[in-house]
Amino acid sequence: MRGVGRGLLMLAGLLLVWQSAVTLGELPPYILPDPAAVAASLWRNAGSLLGHAGVTAAEIVLGMLLGTLLGGGSALALGYSRRARRWLLPVLIASQAIPVFAIAPLLVLWLGYGLGSKIAMATLIIYFPVTANFYDGLRHTPRGWLDLARVMLPEPRRWAVLRHIAIPAALPALGSGLRVAAAVAPIGAVLGEWVGSSAGLGYLMLHANSRMQVDLMFAALLVLATLAVGLYFTVDAGLKWLLPWHPATPETAETD
Amino acid sequence: MLPSSAAIPFSAPAAPLAVSLRAARLVYGGLALFDGLDLELAGGCFTCLLGPSGIGKTSLLRLLAGLTAIGISGELHGDDGLPLTGRVAYMAQQDLLLPWLSVLDNVTLGSRLRGERPDRERALRLLARVGLADCALARPDTLSGGMRQRAALARTLMEDRPVVLMDEPFSGLDALTRLRLQALAAELLAGRTVLLVTHDPLEALRLGDRVLVMNGRPATLSPLPDLPGVPPRDPGAPAVQTAYRAILRLLGAA
Repeated sequence: MRGVGRGLLMLAGLLLVWQSAVTLGELPPYILPDPAAVAASLWRNAGSLLGHAGVTAAEIVLGMLLGTLLGGGSALALGYSRRARRWLLPVLIASQAIPVFAIAPLLVLWLGYGLGSKIAMATLIIYFPVTANFYDGLRHTPRGWLDLARVMLPEPRRWAVLRHIAIPAALPALGSGLRVAAAVAPIGAVLGEWVGSSAGLGYLMLHANSRMQVDLMFAALLVLATLAVGLYFTVDAGLKWLLPWHPATPETAETD
Repeated sequence: MLPSSAAIPFSAPAAPLAVSLRAARLVYGGLALFDGLDLELAGGCFTCLLGPSGIGKTSLLRLLAGLTAIGISGELHGDDGLPLTGRVAYMAQQDLLLPWLSVLDNVTLGSRLRGERPDRERALRLLARVGLADCALARPDTLSGGMRQRAALARTLMEDRPVVLMDEPFSGLDALTRLRLQALAAELLAGRTVLLVTHDPLEALRLGDRVLVMNGRPATLSPLPDLPGVPPRDPGAPAVQTAYRAILRLLGAA
């Protein structure tokens, strides 16, 4: 309850700063519309905003799923096989070193203006955090547990140890990766929409921008932010529900 | 100790297995912690290995458990001449319970790792035996330190191996819990070949059929004279107190 109150207070403060910037700076609406104008635009364009938000949300969610599957699979391969480490680790690092921004036009060229290229962007942008975090978790299985398994097993069974000990032990690390992924996946989707699309919040923002509908742009931005925050908290709550045995994350442990 | 469950049949090993370790050697940082060390564990005998910290007790125990590392070597086999692989159970100072599994699933971890069907009946009997019948489905993080170590003891017994190696399994517990768990371990491990590593002289005197003192550098093993009585001995018994003073003198603490 206190968290909600704090959030509302924060929102009120931001609106106040925004309104005073507009009023005191005498900014014209095509540079910075005041909150009321944005709210009006939000109301006026609710239907189209919702439609575009749906497209963007679909891109983000599908990108999250695909990126998690690919990243999870890669991390498992890296954790399981030395050969995979030798071949896949450079790919993993390259996937992060090459800016997604740079290959966005290529992806649109190859996968078209539809959902495909945006899903690919979101997938690509979350692939690294998911893989890196999960792999890190897989590498740092507490030694005592591995010793225990070694004594219990007459002959080494790497897959059994991975399945019963290393993977569950690495799930909290995968969870950290997924939280980061939830925060950056919208970037991938919107970036894809900017490069070339006919739907989605990113498309709507570019479209509004070129017609000087700055209030609509801000409205779309607000919807996008809500979407991103909602996604993050959904993922966070889902992880807490799935990993009840994991000690609370710092933010919940921090009670005052 | 647990009259309600004492009547439940509890399997003891078919035949005790004696263990022989020869020419054990541990070199760490160019320094030999021990070299040419011989250790015999009599079959069905509870042996305590007592020594100060950093002497190499844990390394010796890990060597027996087959947890070899760089710099440590030795010739290890049972008295039947076969290697010990698959005939050893291991219990560490940390309970090593997997936090995502229930206590019951932790106890049956070994069979699941080996791809066998877990014997839940037996696991539940063992949990009752260590006084955790009501906690079978609880997650480890809801248990106290003593209860967690009881669960670890049940897991060790579930493996039903002739040789049990324990590395300071009770040293993280408060004094009363420790005394109770020592009694329980002495009772439940009877008939198995046990090596318990400890730095607590009283624990060694309370539990050991035989007590070996590991001391010096490179370390050597010297047996203490056999104590009267059957473990778990009363820590206040005169013979225990006399032996305790002798150990302190031997280790240079008094």
